[in-house]
Order: sequence, then structure tokens, then C-alpha cells
Amino acid sequence: MSLWEYANPVKFMALSGRILPWAAWLSGICLVVGLIWGFFFTPDDFRQGSTVKIIYLHVPSALMAINIWMMMLVTSLVWIIRRHHVSALAAKAAAPIGVAMTLIALITGAIWGQPMWGTWWAWDPRLTSFLILFLFYLGYIALWAAIEDNDTAADLTSILCLVGSVFAVLSRYAVNFWNQGLHQGASLSLDKEKNVADVFYFPLLVCIAGFVLLFIALVLLRTRTEIRARRASALLARERMA
Amino acid sequence: MKALLVRDLRLAIRAGGGFGLGLAFFLIVTVLVPFGVGPQSALLSTIAPGILWLGALLACLLSLDRILALDWEDGTLDLLACAPLPMEAAVSVKALAHWLTTGLPLVIAAPLFALLLNLPSAGYAPLVLSLLLGTPALSVIGTFGAALTVGIKRGGLLLSLLVLPLYVPTLIYGAEAARRGAAGLDTSTPLIMLAGITFGVIALLPFASAAVLRVNIR
Amino acid sequence: MQLAVDTLSVARGGIAVLEGLSFRVEAGKALILRGPNGIGKTTLLRSIAGLQPPLNGTIDAPEDSIAYAAHSDGIKHVLTVRENLEFWAEVFGTGDITSALHAFALEPLASRPAGALSAGQKRRLGLARLLVSARPIWVLDEPTVSLDVDAVAMFADAIGSHLSSGGIALIATHIDLGLDADILDVAPFKARAPLARDDAMEGFL
Repeated sequence: MSLWEYANPVKFMALSGRILPWAAWLSGICLVVGLIWGFFFTPDDFRQGSTVKIIYLHVPSALMAINIWMMMLVTSLVWIIRRHHVSALAAKAAAPIGVAMTLIALITGAIWGQPMWGTWWAWDPRLTSFLILFLFYLGYIALWAAIEDNDTAADLTSILCLVGSVFAVLSRYAVNFWNQGLHQGASLSLDKEKNVADVFYFPLLVCIAGFVLLFIALVLLRTRTEIRARRASALLARERMA
Repeated sequence: MKALLVRDLRLAIRAGGGFGLGLAFFLIVTVLVPFGVGPQSALLSTIAPGILWLGALLACLLSLDRILALDWEDGTLDLLACAPLPMEAAVSVKALAHWLTTGLPLVIAAPLFALLLNLPSAGYAPLVLSLLLGTPALSVIGTFGAALTVGIKRGGLLLSLLVLPLYVPTLIYGAEAARRGAAGLDTSTPLIMLAGITFGVIALLPFASAAVLRVNIR
Repeated sequence: MQLAVDTLSVARGGIAVLEGLSFRVEAGKALILRGPNGIGKTTLLRSIAGLQPPLNGTIDAPEDSIAYAAHSDGIKHVLTVRENLEFWAEVFGTGDITSALHAFALEPLASRPAGALSAGQKRRLGLARLLVSARPIWVLDEPTVSLDVDAVAMFADAIGSHLSSGGIALIATHIDLGLDADILDVAPFKARAPLARDDAMEGFL
């Protein structure tokens, strides 16, 4: 039994059908618990006041925005190397979720930035990098939408994802060089001593788990839809030929 | 390879080839900027390096779809795919031809247009040098974008959408070098980074462009 | 030298159009493909020319031996006839274009821009490109479209001398070129199931 067996659509449909409700329910529970805990049962920050509570949306969505691109990179590589259709479809399915996460991160960031920095938008390296990531997502989705032939679209978007990833990293360095910003350093890390206080940290972890599960549920649902759509068009083609 | 280069240059220069369009577009951008931001020389001289870089980038972007679309429509790409020339070489030559007909004229014209924007005299050499180092990257990256969108009807807008984020590092380092030069600062770091990007994309990106083109021809 | 195709299946847009096709063309022979529109002749010829991968089966021909000509000739309108041909001669590393110009009676047109040619004249230029490629196997997709009777005769002569010098021609055409060639009707090879390009997806259907 190898992992690659789940690249078979039948196996994937069976397994994803079993995982999907669990992921959906768990994500709902985590988000409800995490957000309520974070919004109502944590103290206000001594400098930032209650505005700090937006981290329960901002940090998980920002984290997902980057990780979804990474997941698309991996699935694109799997498509290029092993040519499993499910992998290409999963990348296609993940992109709109990624763009939504990026948008949430940008908007919550702006809402947080207004009272903190006195501006909705600043050309800070992190903000700029997210804006560039947003453009990459848009281009990727637009390319999928523009090409009729499925395999051609999968090939081209995979290569774009690969090349785009390299340029995204280059852009990140370039943007850092271009402007040292306002944004605080990472609030979460495993090895750093100076983390956010535990009282904020645990509800944040729950929220992150909620976002991850939400992504899993959505990407499974969307991949299943893509597979079904592909199957429908193949059946139509068979009918036309008969 | 030489034959392809000569043919592309010939096509660009003859009627309808679009040679000079990029240059005219660059001129128009440069002329329009003072209307937009006001005629104060001090302001213009501050933003001149950025405007010139952006103008060159947009002028380059404008001509990208000509790199491959015409050869796609009349079947030349199919025939080239059967020819004893590797696709990687073909896309590299096409990028070179694009640079010679679009990028290089922009580099040469930039100091003239810089006069219009009151660029400080210290800024001329860094501007030309940064454009000379950076515009080849614009052509090579643009060829990749053109290869991605070659099979799409009216793909020009999509081409811009795909290519613009890829242009970010080149623009940042290029414009930064020009800006630092105009301010009399040291330009070596951004110029080295810019050269790194240019040589990197020249070495690697043709493989991606060729792969993409083969997929599109299929 | 020969062109051998064994149990070949080809697909257009991910859907199989022809399957189980086998044939063999020896040096000096021509094979004419027949079949109704849309059956997949163009797809088949593009696969044999190496422009797209086949679904299944093998295509056996010496490396770099195939010259392909289709509806679009890759003719640049602003270049002259001579410049167009010289370009391909250089790409294929052959150089001499006088015999190609002569074979399709293009000498009087040599210095005219290709854009000023009629459709039939352009077609002749496109076919002259085959001669400058100096490739032994010609894969031709409807080569006689918009040719007049004289031009078809020129074309038949060119094919004839190509074959007599040991070349091979694979031609999809509906008109009789007066060649001594085998005819293969591809209609019986029409694909029955629209099999997707990989087995994983097929298992799902």
C-alpha cells in the first residue's frame, strides 16, 4: 500500500468522502472555540488594547496564504513528475482558497494597521510580499481559466507555479532590501524565547488548527467537485462518440 | 540560430514589425508624467529614475506578445519544433531578438528622456548601466510569459498579469540602482543583485519557456 | 530507411480519435491517407511528425528525418520568397535554394514579398520548403489545397523525384496525384472509447 494509490480518483473519492465531514466538523468546532476564546476570554494587550484580538484571524490566514502556495507547489511537482490528475486538480482547487486567505490576511492587516500605525496601508516588506503573492495567485487562477484543454492547463499552471515560487522568493529578498518595514517580527516560533504570551498563544493555536482543518475540508470538497466535473465531461465526450 | 536571429531582426525592422513602437511608448510615458505630477523640477528629478525604469518596463511589456504570437499563428513554431534547432535555443534567440529590437533602443534613449525629467547628472551612468543589465531579464522573463499565453486568443492582458509579478525583483533592484546613483550613493549592491537575476534567468528560464512551448504546440 | 507505425493511438484534446493503427512505408514509397473530415488525420500526422506525443504505440523513424507541412506554412509576409526559403535552408543547414525555387517555378517570384503572392503561390512556397529541408520523410497534411492543375502537377513531380531518390512521403489528401502509392483509409481505426490520457482517470470512468 503506497501513498500514490490515493492518486487514483476512485480511491481518492472514497477516502476524501470519509475525511471530509470530520475535517469540516472539527474545523467548525476549532474556529468557534478559538475565536470565542480569543475574542472574549483573553485580556486586552497593555499597548494595543483590544485591537490585538484580530490576530486570531490575521495570523492563521497569513500562515495559510503561504502554506497553500507551498501545497500547490508540491502538487504541481507531483503532476509534472508522476502525472497524477488528482494532484493537478488539487492544486487547481487550492488556488481560490489561497487567494481568499491572502485577501483576508491583507484586509485584517489593514484593519489592524489603521489604529496601530495610523495607516491602512504601508509599503512594508511583509505587506508588499503578500500583495505580490496575491498577484501570483491571480495569475495562476487566470491561466487555469484561460486554457480549454485540461492537461495543457495543468502542465502550464504547474510550470508557472514552479517558476512563480522562485520569483516569489526573489521578490521577498528584493522587497526586504528595498524597504525595512514597520511590521513586527514573527509572533510564533518554536525556538524563540520571546513569543506572544501563553494567554494569547493557546487560543491562537486553536484558531490555526481551525484554519488548517477548514482548508483541508475546502480543498477536499473542491477537488472532489473538479473530479466529478472532469468525469461528467468525459462521459459527455463518450456519449458524443457513441 | 543566427538565421533565426537575422530573420527576427528583419521582421521587426520591416513595415508592420512594431520596431520603434516601444520607444514611442516610452517617450509618451515620460512626457505624460510631468502632466500628472506637476512641473516642479525638484520633484521630477527625485522620481525620474523610477519613472524611467517603469516606462522602460511598460514599453517592454507592450511588445511581449509579438515575440511568439505571430510565429504561432502562421505555423512557424510547429515547423521550428521539427527543425534541428532545440526549442531552448529558439526561445533564447527570440528573447535576444526582442532585447535587441526593444530593450537596447530603450537603454540608448533613456539618457535623452532623462533630460526631460531633470535627472541629476550623477544619475545618468547608473541609469544606463542598470537598464543595460536589467532589460535582458525583462526580455527573457517576457518570453516565458509569451510562451505560456501563446495558445490563448487575445492573451495580451493575461500575459501582462502573469509577467508583472515576475518583473518585481528586476524592477526593484534596477530602479534602486538608478535611484541610488541619482542621489550620489553607492550602487554596487543593487547592480550586483540585478546582474545576478539577469544571468540567472538567461541561464535557467529558457528551459521553462521551451517546456511550456512544447506543451502548447502539442 | 523506413517509417514504421505500430498499434498507434492518437488523441486530440485528451480524447482518443484513432487507435490501433499500424503501417510501414519503405524507402522510395508513398502512403496516402484517406478518411472523412474530423477523423483525426491531422492529429495522426502531427503525432508522427513528433509535435505531440501518441497515446499508445510506437512510431519508428530515423532521428531528425521528418519534414512536416500543413495548412500554415510559416511564411512571413514581409520577407521575400527568397528570404523565406533561405531562412529555412539555414535552419536545416542545407543552404542551396535554387533547385527548390526551380521545382515549384518560383524563380520569377523570388524577390517579391511573400505577402504579395496568391494563395496557390504561397502554397508552392510552403512546399518548396520541404525541398530545402533535405529531410527524407515528408509528412504532408492536405498539401494540394488551393493549388491549380499545373501546380498540382509540379507537386506530383517533386514528390516523384523525392521518392525516386529514396525518400518517403506520407500524405493526407483527397485528390489523385497520379502517384504509384498505397492508400490507407483510416476510418476503420476510429477510436471507440474516449480514453483519457492516463489510466488513473480511466479507472474512474
